[in-house]
Parts: sequence; structure tokens; C-alpha cells
Amino acid sequence: MAMGILLVSHVPAIASGLQTLIKQVAKDVPITTAGGTSDGKIGTDLDHIQKAINDNPASELLVFYDLGSAKMNLDIAEEVSDKQMHVYDVAFVEGAYAAAALLEANVALDKIEAQLKPLKVK
Amino acid sequence: MLNVETLTKWMTNFENRITDQKDHLTELDRVIGDSDHGSNMERGVNAIKAAFEKTPPTDDLAQDFKTIAMAMLSKVGGASGPLYGTAFLEMAKLAKTDTDFGDLVEAAAKGIAKRGQAKPGDKTMLDVWAPAADLIKQNKLTDDAIDKLVEATKPMTAKRGRASYLGEKSVGHIDPGAASTGELLKAYLDARA
Repeated sequence: MAMGILLVSHVPAIASGLQTLIKQVAKDVPITTAGGTSDGKIGTDLDHIQKAINDNPASELLVFYDLGSAKMNLDIAEEVSDKQMHVYDVAFVEGAYAAAALLEANVALDKIEAQLKPLKVK
Repeated sequence: MLNVETLTKWMTNFENRITDQKDHLTELDRVIGDSDHGSNMERGVNAIKAAFEKTPPTDDLAQDFKTIAMAMLSKVGGASGPLYGTAFLEMAKLAKTDTDFGDLVEAAAKGIAKRGQAKPGDKTMLDVWAPAADLIKQNKLTDDAIDKLVEATKPMTAKRGRASYLGEKSVGHIDPGAASTGELLKAYLDARA
């Protein structure tokens, strides 16, 4: 599949919990996570995010994150990555869930983005 | 003009200052943030130290700044990682053609504003970086002037970063990122002395 999902959270359990939730509706969508820092602490760092980008078999990623520093690290990761990334400033759980369900149903990106628009919270 | 001797001393002083001030930075962050600024900054300066042990600084200041930036970006698990990382990356870019310290700090301030989408007065580290660049250019940057800039974040209401969730409750407290930026600038003044 060309498109995958990347989840970035400050806490490992939040990222993996959300992955468990959305796998239920999107079992064929490649999903990778960067929860917490590289050494398992609360926070986000560039190394961990880059690993999750590279580990995802998709070449185009729909990206969802929780709080501010995740977004800043994502911006930097996006600047240096070869993959095409779409970072959405939407509600983390609802946004990722909606996008995953729509990707699973082979809905086109512009339609997915239209669905995400009202979920913008940051 | 910045040279490799001053840069090396500057970073050693910064490491020492952060290690000394670690608990103070965490206490500032406990009040209006998530209590990790001291330990995050300590991880950052330790990463800079380790990176310079592996790749010692040379006359190529652009490369030296890049080494510092990558250390901060990789190892600091907080907003300070991407913000300091961006600051040093911007200095790396400029240092290829211009090593005037005021110009370097100005470039860093612009990068921080863009990365954090912050404006002056938002109660962030930008409130020290941006005016400090002006003071350096006027040859007026002193320890006292730095303290004043850091203190000036106290009455501000946080508009960006974790403290922004507190709104009015953030008034009356120094911004932790402003405080660590103050240490960085004092470390530079000590290196030049």
C-alpha cells in the first residue's frame, strides 16, 4: 500500500494504545508509532520519529500527533525525509481513527482530508 | 567574530551552567510546565559533550554548530530539543559566510520563531533570543541585561508551549526556556572574558 499512518505521542502507551484501537478498523494499513523518546521516557525526539518513518513500508504517510513538541520534531523530520508526509493538526484519536478507516476503504486522500478538516484542534 | 576557541569554551561553560542550574530549571518548569526542562537540558549538554569528544570542534564553525544541533535534536525529549536544534542549525547555515555573534543569534532567533510559531511576548525562549541579538549588536549584552530579559517573561501570559494551557495562571512565573537561554548567553560572555 502506498499510504500508511504514523502516530507520534509523548507516551509509549498512548501511541501503542491508539495503534491497537485503529488496527481494529484498518488491519491492512501500515501503521508505525513513535511513542516517547528513544530511551523510553516521556517526550518526543527526532531519532525515534525518524525510525518510525523509516520502519513504515508506505512511501506516503498520514501523520497524527498529540502535543506541541511532537509537531516541531515532525516538521524537522519532514524536512529531511524522502517520504511524503501529511501532518494533521487534528484531534489525535478521532483524526487517526477516521483516516485509518477511510484508508482501509480505499478512499482518496482529498476525501480523507475533507473528513479531517472539522477535527482540527491545534 | 566567533572562533573555534571561544565556541569550545562557550559549550563547556554551557554544560557546566546547565549542570549547576538543572534543579532550578526543573523547578521553573514544574510550576508552569511538565517538570522536565532541567533533565532535558542536561541530556542535551551531555550529548553535545559526547559529540565533541567523538568529533572535536574545528575551524569549520558551520560543521561545529551542526554537530551541536544534531546532539540537541537527537537527545532532548522536549520542546527545547527542536527549538535549540533549530537555533544551532540556523547558526550553522549562517556560519558558512558570517560568524559575527550578533548575526548568528539573530538568525537563531528567527529560526526559533518560525519553528515554534512564536511571537515576541508569547512567554517563550524567543523573548530572550530576539532582544539579545539587538543588545549584542549594540555591544550591550551583559549578565545583568540577560537577567532582565529572563525576568521580563514573568508578567507575560504564555501563548505557546505547554504553559499556554495554563493561560492566566502562567503569569508571575519565569519561562524555563527563557531561563536556559539566559544560561547559554552567559556561558558565551564568560567564554569571551
